[in-house]
Amino acid sequence: MSASSKLKVTLLTGRTIEQGVGKECGKASQDYFESVAVCYVDPEDMKRLGIREGTSVRVSTDYGSVILKALKSPRGPHTGVIFIPYGVWANAVVSIETSSIGMPSLKGIPAEIEPAADKVVLSLSEFLREQFGKG
Amino acid sequence: MPIVRAVTCPICGSLCDDIELRIKNRRVIKVKNGCSMCESKFLGYSGHRLLKPLIRKNGTLVEVPFKEALARAAEVLAEASYPVLYGWSSTSCEATRVGIELAEEVGGVIDNTSTVCHGPSVLGIQDVGIASCTLGQIRHRADLVIYWGSNPWSAHPRHIERYTTLSEGKFERSEWISYVEKTKAATAKKKVESALRQVSPKKKISTSSTPVERGPCPGILKAGRKLIVIDVRKTRTAEIADYFIQVEPNKDYELLQAFRALIRDQEIETDRVAGVPVEYLEEVADAMIGCNFGVIFFGLGLTMSKGKLRNVDAALHLTRDLNARTKFVIMPMRGHFNVSGADTVFLWQTGYPYAVDFSSGYPRYNPGETSAIDILLRKESDAALVIASDPVSNFPRKAAEHLVNNPLIAIDPHMNATSQMADVVFPSAFVGIEASGTAYRMDHVPLPLKKVVEPPRGVLPDEEILRRLLLEVRKVKKRKKPRAEVK
Repeated sequence: MSASSKLKVTLLTGRTIEQGVGKECGKASQDYFESVAVCYVDPEDMKRLGIREGTSVRVSTDYGSVILKALKSPRGPHTGVIFIPYGVWANAVVSIETSSIGMPSLKGIPAEIEPAADKVVLSLSEFLREQFGKG
Repeated sequence: MPIVRAVTCPICGSLCDDIELRIKNRRVIKVKNGCSMCESKFLGYSGHRLLKPLIRKNGTLVEVPFKEALARAAEVLAEASYPVLYGWSSTSCEATRVGIELAEEVGGVIDNTSTVCHGPSVLGIQDVGIASCTLGQIRHRADLVIYWGSNPWSAHPRHIERYTTLSEGKFERSEWISYVEKTKAATAKKKVESALRQVSPKKKISTSSTPVERGPCPGILKAGRKLIVIDVRKTRTAEIADYFIQVEPNKDYELLQAFRALIRDQEIETDRVAGVPVEYLEEVADAMIGCNFGVIFFGLGLTMSKGKLRNVDAALHLTRDLNARTKFVIMPMRGHFNVSGADTVFLWQTGYPYAVDFSSGYPRYNPGETSAIDILLRKESDAALVIASDPVSNFPRKAAEHLVNNPLIAIDPHMNATSQMADVVFPSAFVGIEASGTAYRMDHVPLPLKKVVEPPRGVLPDEEILRRLLLEVRKVKKRKKPRAEVK
């Protein structure tokens, strides 16, 4: 199977137990960073992208893009679906469409994923400075 | 060494109230009965802590006396023409009550985190109504438990053990044994796969298959409590379920309506709905009708994906339809420990559960217009107060951008993304650890939150900070009023 540079996928965001434990330690903690600045990708999709676990990937949607560490999606198959735990990194790419009821669309967003091995995943402070120029 | 028993855990909407804490030198040193999040919070809450009030000066947050921070925050709120007061789901009902008074005083919008989680559920319930009950009823009576778009194993780790399939009820037995057997079988399968890989490393080996590919699952026919999970991903909860249905993303509405048709004995003229073969849906529909007491717990899989409140409408209608055949209830899996309390207090005080706008001098409610995200996206607010929440981490970037670009006051025990971006920061005591109060469980049962240790010196509870802020805002407004009249 030849590795392609980009894949069209559906982006889901949500809770993981690691994110839940990390946030209770404090959002400035390393535990939180490691549990949230990640993107779960199906092993088959990883092959298609030509990446391994731990490689940086760029996830892009109509609303923005973000660099994250790719992790193997457990209990697959989940081909064509990527998952980012709730957090400031996920929010850079989620939809702002509130459907006139106040609720943004945080699951089921069309997205693209591509390898970005030379990019570094930014820490919370670095990421906030990049996104908001403050902090 | 004092042991405090029957502590209510201030993390998720399950509000487990059987936690035991061992305290030494004003610190929690041991947690009994809690889940991993509970342990993490009680043992690690004092790290990354905010201890002094902060004000942003020349772009950096610097420590200031409480009075100075209070004066600055009151000035911001009194001068703002349309401030947003947001958060409330991780604090006590008592603090929220003061917050509503403050929102009315400053003529702002008060919104809680329902707006980005179960807001659509609230709207659905207002449209359709809800057949529900307490978690105690479910523990003792439910013989069919369905988690839809929800992963309690990660988000409410003790929910299954305390209230549903793995709990020992008066009329329904715990399914622990079958769960242990399932786990053993899964481990054995992994061992077989690993051994086969060693024998022929190049050959692709898998003994697993998706539910769509394998035959009807015997779990649906078993006696005793049944656990069904319907989700877009195979989660940890799905792994322990008797039956798992993997729905395609954004197709929950179709699946819900298909179930409504099936339980009315209508025929579905297609082979698959939302990626699931119809015969699988028929099996689940049979189990739904055949149970004595069924329950659907639904999560953000319904509220955040395509359809949003219409998904919830369909789930509520399905429950209503099922009650024509058997007993069925439904409940949203509320996330933060007191988000139900925030909704309830908002409702008592203003008539509306979230997104309440006081700018006209009376409460107005129109989610989509008066909800935090929409106000921020339309760039209408000119200041914000955030309490017990982290919207910079939880709002889409565009919405958070407007929050950050205007004067921002944060009240939080921790340094998080919002407090890092704020212009005034108040450190607060942890409700349920360093301050007492009341919280509402997801089934609207109020439970007391205990104070088990003293907060750090000078750190006040949310309720007290808000009271002082309210008084200070009134003082500022009084001071400014005569000047305005002279003009």
